[in-house]
Amino acid sequence: MIRGSRKSWQYFGLGLAWFFLLLWPLMGIRDGQFHFAEAFGVWLRAAVGATICFGLYRLGKAGRLDGVLNPLGAARDAVGGALARAPRWMLLVPLAAFALSYPMLTNRYAQDVAINVLVYICLGLGLNVVVGLCGLLDLGYIAFYGVGAYTYALLSIHYAVPFWLCLPVCAAFAAIAGCLIGYPTLRMRGDYLAIVTLGFGEIVRIVINNWMALTGGPNGLLGIKSPGIYLPQLVDGSFSLEYLVIRKLEYLYYIILALAVFTIIAVHRINFSRIGRAFEAIREDETAAELMGVDTFRFKLLAYALGAVFGGLAGAFFAARMRFVSPESFTFIESAMVLAMVVLGGMGSIPGVILGALALVALPEMFRGFELYRMLAFGGAMAIMMLVRPAGLWPAARLGKRSDDTE
Amino acid sequence: MDYLFQQLINGLTLGGVYALVALGYTMVYGIISLINFAHGEIFAAGGYLGVILLSYMASQGLMASHPWFGLAFALILAMGYCAMLAMAVEKVAYKPLRSSSRLSVLLSALGMSIFLQNGLMLTQGVYDKAYPTEFTHGGFEWLGVRVSFMQIGILAVTGLLLVLLNALVFKTRIGKAMRATSQDKVMSALVGIHSDRVISTTFAIGAALAAAAGIMVGLYYGSVRYDMGFVPGIKAFAAAVLGGIGNITGAMIGGLIIGMVEILAAAYIPHGGEYKDVFAFVILIGVLYFMPTGIMGENVDDTRV
Repeated sequence: MIRGSRKSWQYFGLGLAWFFLLLWPLMGIRDGQFHFAEAFGVWLRAAVGATICFGLYRLGKAGRLDGVLNPLGAARDAVGGALARAPRWMLLVPLAAFALSYPMLTNRYAQDVAINVLVYICLGLGLNVVVGLCGLLDLGYIAFYGVGAYTYALLSIHYAVPFWLCLPVCAAFAAIAGCLIGYPTLRMRGDYLAIVTLGFGEIVRIVINNWMALTGGPNGLLGIKSPGIYLPQLVDGSFSLEYLVIRKLEYLYYIILALAVFTIIAVHRINFSRIGRAFEAIREDETAAELMGVDTFRFKLLAYALGAVFGGLAGAFFAARMRFVSPESFTFIESAMVLAMVVLGGMGSIPGVILGALALVALPEMFRGFELYRMLAFGGAMAIMMLVRPAGLWPAARLGKRSDDTE
Repeated sequence: MDYLFQQLINGLTLGGVYALVALGYTMVYGIISLINFAHGEIFAAGGYLGVILLSYMASQGLMASHPWFGLAFALILAMGYCAMLAMAVEKVAYKPLRSSSRLSVLLSALGMSIFLQNGLMLTQGVYDKAYPTEFTHGGFEWLGVRVSFMQIGILAVTGLLLVLLNALVFKTRIGKAMRATSQDKVMSALVGIHSDRVISTTFAIGAALAAAAGIMVGLYYGSVRYDMGFVPGIKAFAAAVLGGIGNITGAMIGGLIIGMVEILAAAYIPHGGEYKDVFAFVILIGVLYFMPTGIMGENVDDTRV
């Protein structure tokens, strides 16, 4: 025990020394001189943080923290049990009340963050159909978001088609794009599929970036209309409909809330339908699923199309809200963010994905002061999460191990 | 005709660089079946270290007196640095995940890639960093084709590294251990090969090659940028797949083909320059669709793909 502990501390010290060796050349050689103070300062901060984490980890492993962790674990189990026993409406009603009254309770900034979270919930749940349910790793998912956004943008600018009419069109276009991407790629498995979808995502972005005549290239498209609604009005006893353009953030919030709720219900229904079962069968063992009569190719294509639909809807909303689209919003890093939400939250688990979106969009907002370090922390957190909790924060109830994972 | 030859020379230069990066992907994939997303960032780190070292030497007046010696020195230091960096990445992000699902490792690699890219951005800034200009001039014309000394240097270094790598893999003990591990990890462990050490070495060698490629790309284009690793990384992976993943000769040929196609497409297809990044992806998709094992055949246990 003691020896094992000493050895691990030795390795830890070695790791820190190694880290300094890697850090210093990047920070210490400038203007023809060697500098040490700056690199050492950064290293010291990282080292102190890492030492504390490692110390806690060792203590936990040695069982010294049981006094703290056990009550915490017991409390978590008790809360979880109580939640599971309570009827569903007792949870949903307060939640719905909170969601509906949210714009009245909060300011503009908080509404902005909430809208972002909801957009990412739509995207995360859409990707969840592909990755979480069907087990197809897609690294180019943001392309469908882009297709949705540009479809609405173009229809709105050139033909002044209203938002509500565009929503199904955007969903359909995204689904078609999903099929187009899915058709040639779905014969591949695992890593190859991941890299090819990444390639497709990049192709879509490059095309958007260079097709000046249609998409405006890197300058993007301006002048997209906001969504509008007809409100019935009684003026002087006569009934009329008044057209109201929704520009206010709080009304936009309700639109995306409705889209998110639609997505949640739809994904839930898919999850527990025959199709969802087929997806899960494909995820767990494709060969066995095929043997049992699941048309794997068709179902995989369907998974792509269904996932793309939600991406397209979210994209249409994004264009309507920003009233501006440009290729910058559809980069690979966005795909990675959405994928991280699905995986960190818990693949295949709807509350997990919602939690993941909340964690990855709302948490960084709280640390605005460290904005520069945001992506650094994001990348590091992604790697660390895979080490400590690979199943995600809120794992799905049923999740097996893919047959081709085992060596 | 001259124009064609000019483009072929350019394509050869670029293709050699892709080949160097592709080797890192293909060797790592051959051994642990992982798309090492962080490899592109290691390539970028190599480019940055080249800038840092060459600028330092230039400010000390060393570049004026011994430019090629300085360049070789920077190349070797950057290769060593990136080997250390890759070994650290492997130890932190891949080794503990050896027995978990492949999705976990892939995401860990993705996380590491984002981490390294932002680490570069934070330490080096968001703007392009220019290479010292000692090497960018000079060259000669031969039958109407302009060849710069830089291109000859890149081709020479690439060729030398490829020969060295071949010797390492096919002539030395560690090379034999690498080949054995990539064929059957369990069996090679049974006969006494330390697989962790072999995997670390593989990462280190791949990273050293990527670092050299980073410096040469920096010299060729004159500057480096913190996010320069991503697209060349994907193209190099495409090259590795094209050649047959896990296959070292295949990666070299694949790299040359991708480089050639990119340059020729940019030169001869209308609007090809704007869409030049698309061609590598199209080749990747086409190869995977029609010829999933690449042109040279892949060298991976087929239960894993």
